[in-house]
Amino acid sequence: MSDLRTELKQSIIEQLNLEELTIEDIDNDDSLFGDGLGLDSIDALELIVLLEKDYGIKLTDPNQGKEIFISINKMAEYIESHRTK
Amino acid sequence: MSRAVYITGIGAISAQTEESIFSEKPAVYTSNIFQAISPNFKEYIPAMALRRMSKAIKMGLTAGKIALQDANVELPDAIITGTGEGCKQDTEKFLESMLSQEEELLTPTSFIQSTHNTVGGQIALNLKCSGYNVTYSQESASLESALIDSVLLLHEKPSLNSVLVGGVDEVSNKITSFGFLNGFLKQEEIENLSLFSHKSEGTITSEGAFFFNLTTENKKDSYAQLKAVSSLKAESSIEVSEKITEFLLKNSLRSQELDIVFLGKNGDLDQDEIYDELQNTIFSESCQLAYKHLSGDFNTVTGFAIWLSCLIFRKQQIPDILKLNAVSGANPKNILLYNLASNTNHSLILLQKP
Repeated sequence: MSDLRTELKQSIIEQLNLEELTIEDIDNDDSLFGDGLGLDSIDALELIVLLEKDYGIKLTDPNQGKEIFISINKMAEYIESHRTK
Repeated sequence: MSRAVYITGIGAISAQTEESIFSEKPAVYTSNIFQAISPNFKEYIPAMALRRMSKAIKMGLTAGKIALQDANVELPDAIITGTGEGCKQDTEKFLESMLSQEEELLTPTSFIQSTHNTVGGQIALNLKCSGYNVTYSQESASLESALIDSVLLLHEKPSLNSVLVGGVDEVSNKITSFGFLNGFLKQEEIENLSLFSHKSEGTITSEGAFFFNLTTENKKDSYAQLKAVSSLKAESSIEVSEKITEFLLKNSLRSQELDIVFLGKNGDLDQDEIYDELQNTIFSESCQLAYKHLSGDFNTVTGFAIWLSCLIFRKQQIPDILKLNAVSGANPKNILLYNLASNTNHSLILLQKP
C-alpha cells in the first residue's frame, strides 16, 4: 500500500516538475491543491492523464477529480479500487 | 505631431553579460549552438510558476522585469513582444510525445506553453497587466515589428507611461540543429570569437531575451531616444545603400553623421559581402561595430545590439571586442543598427543620445 503512495508522489513530482520537493516533503494527507502543494487547474489535467496512462483509469467526468485529487491517500484509495493495470 | 520615444529601462539575458563585454573578457564557446547565461530565475519568478516554464519564458519574463525595475515602473500600460520562432522547447516536447505515445494520452502543459504568445502572456499574468498585449512573429523582423508597434502606440496615446517591448528566442535540441541541414549554421564547429575569420558559409547561433521600457517622457536617466525603426527588402548592396540613405534623410541625417554603425555581420561568406561593401562606402567614416561573434545569430538578436547601444551611450565606452575599424566613435550621438537576414531582409534602427 505504501509503495503506491510513494510511487504516486514520485510521479507527481516528475510530471508536474515540482523540482523543489522530495517524496519526504509530501505528507499522505496534505492537500494537493490550494494551501497544500498549491497545484492548479493545469496540474489537474496532468493528473487526469497520469491516472489513465499509469493505471488505466479513465475519468469521464472531470468533476470527479475534485474528490480524487484531494490528497495522496485519496488518490491511492481510488486507484486501488479502480485500476485496470 | 508625433512625440519622441525614449528608452528608460533595459533588461537583457544572452550568452554574454554586461561585465564580460565591458571588461573585455567575453564568454568563449566552442560549439556553433550555445546557450544564454541564466540569471537566478527564482529571484524574479515564483517557484510554482517557474517549474513549467521553458527557457524562452523564463528569459523573457525575467528580462522584462529587469527592464521595468530599471525604469522604476511597476505596471506597464502595454506589453509588446517579438519572437522569431517562439517556444521551441515546448513545441519539441509536445511533438515528441505525440510520436512516442502515438497521439494518445498527451499531457497539456507543453502544448499550452508552445504558442508564440506565451512569453507576452506570462509577463502579463505575472505583472497582472491587463493592457494591450501583442506578439509579433516575422522571423528576423519580429523585434523590429514589435518596436514599430510600440512607437505607433505611443504616438497614438502619448499619455501612456510605459510600453514594455522586447524580443526573445530560445535554443532547442532538434529545431535549432536543423540549422546544420539548411545551411544556416557553419558545418565546421568554430570558436565564437573567431567568427569573422572563418571564410565559409553559415553562422553560429544562440538565444536571448531583450526588453526595453519605452515612454514619451525624456527622463534624466533615459538611455537613448528610439528615433526610427524600419524593416525593408532589398536585393543588392546598391539598393540597400540607397534605402539606408533615404531612411537617414527622413531623419534629417547623412551617413557621415553616424558616429557608430552596429552591423549584424554573422560570418556567413555570402551575406557578409553586402556588409563589406557598405563598410567601404556609406559607413566608411563611422565607427563600425559587430556583435554576433558574442551573441550568436538568431531572429531577435538585434535586441542585443540595442542593449549594447544603450550601455555605450550610458557608459561612454566602446569595448574593443566590438570594433571592426579604427574610427573612434567617442561621445556618440547617433547610432545606426543595420541587420541583414536571409540575404534580402534588412532592418534599420536609429538611436540617438537623449
